[in-house]
Amino acid sequence: MNYADLKIWGYRRENGRVGVRNHVAILPLDDISNAACEAVAAHIQGTIALPHSYGRLQFGADLDLHFRTIIGTGANPNVAACVVIGIEEGWTQKVVDGIAATGKPVAGFWIEGNGDIATVAAASRKAKEFSQWASERVRTECPLSEVWVAAKCGESDTTTGLASCPTVGNMYDKMVELGLYGCFGETSELTGAEHLAAARAASPEVAAKFMKTWQSYQDDVIEAHKTSDLSDSQPTKGNIAGGLTTIEEKALGNLEKIGKKTSYIDVLEPAEAPAKGPGLYFMDTSSAAAECCTLQAAAGYVVHCFPTGQGNVIGNPIMPVIKITGNPRTVRLMSEHVDVDVSGIVRRDMTIDQAGDALIDMIARTSNGRLTAAEALGHKEFVMTKLYRSA
Amino acid sequence: MGAPHLLVHDRRDNVGVVVVEGLKAGTDMLCVVTEDNSEFRTVVNQDVQIGHKVALRDFAVGDTVIKYGEDIGKVVQPIEKGAHVHTHNLKTKRW
Repeated sequence: MNYADLKIWGYRRENGRVGVRNHVAILPLDDISNAACEAVAAHIQGTIALPHSYGRLQFGADLDLHFRTIIGTGANPNVAACVVIGIEEGWTQKVVDGIAATGKPVAGFWIEGNGDIATVAAASRKAKEFSQWASERVRTECPLSEVWVAAKCGESDTTTGLASCPTVGNMYDKMVELGLYGCFGETSELTGAEHLAAARAASPEVAAKFMKTWQSYQDDVIEAHKTSDLSDSQPTKGNIAGGLTTIEEKALGNLEKIGKKTSYIDVLEPAEAPAKGPGLYFMDTSSAAAECCTLQAAAGYVVHCFPTGQGNVIGNPIMPVIKITGNPRTVRLMSEHVDVDVSGIVRRDMTIDQAGDALIDMIARTSNGRLTAAEALGHKEFVMTKLYRSA
Repeated sequence: MGAPHLLVHDRRDNVGVVVVEGLKAGTDMLCVVTEDNSEFRTVVNQDVQIGHKVALRDFAVGDTVIKYGEDIGKVVQPIEKGAHVHTHNLKTKRW
């Protein structure tokens, strides 16, 4: 396969980025604006509400992360246009201005002084205009390497380290050198492989930044809050049922996602957009699937590769999540969730190289519009990462 | 090459992963090291589920289990070659 010549049909956005979906997002600033957003999305066809649980009385780094996540979600190239609804004008306008920097159509509405009903009416009128406008956007031919592809694994077992994670790694080894933006995260879940992860940084400075991020998680989160050795949480009950015993074993399998030769060029804050050009990035994220995917989508990633062993069913409302499994039992019992079956690897009738090609093909098909299993099954998990309690 | 019962990541590993369903005690397993595709055989002495690990040698309490050529934790109950290795006899050295 000549990977450099691979093309997909995507949406070239106002800022030059390539999107693979054409959503009109109805985005709440805060939890109490969910109902209005859901009312608009129920009324106006071709729109999607993104309800979530936060946005009130946050402060400091936690508030910064909230804005980064909300603005980044609206700014994602898979979103053609965006309606923002908040309880009041100030923070709503801040989100609108942040999304407007991409050049895409965006409008804000606030509920205080108007009530839900008038707000829903005004926002619905704008959402209808955006939906009809978006419906006339046309896909154009774009290099596959312009599709930003994130990765994260979930309900891992021993087959993820043998098959599905190395499949993603093989894809990155082939595509990153051609200009792809990649991203992996899961700070806690690299524990036991942190020395190997640090060694894959592109420079000593990036390695030091990674180790500082990882150590800070150990000190500020694990040591500060643990009541045990995290058995049952990391690894999860599902991981253990699948044969994974320790966090070290899980981490070593997890790290297979970055391949054999690709190094990462920067360490990102949660939901931070990569700014050092094409390449693989590490993002400081939770290892919980919905939180991690939400942060990666907010950073601008438009397709997600999700290796699973025991069968995590995660999706995302704006970013297609491709499921890859190498566990023959999961293929047998949960086939409706599997996009790429690489169980041939453990039977030794498929090579990692062949599996990587199959994944690249599925990234292209997904980018062209094929619904992933998670999309077809209606998975739209949108989950904010919260750093600490609100004021 | 036939389909293996057990895969081993690295030649230094002292455990392997069962990759077939319904593996029964007494099976003379075809084992493959994925690093170099080399093969060997080992008898499993318990029924072990797909995805779970089998000891490739005897372990004493305090020994280190190696997988991917790396340390994945410490042995907390003696383990015989061919036995199931999991949370009952292997624990993390972290956290």
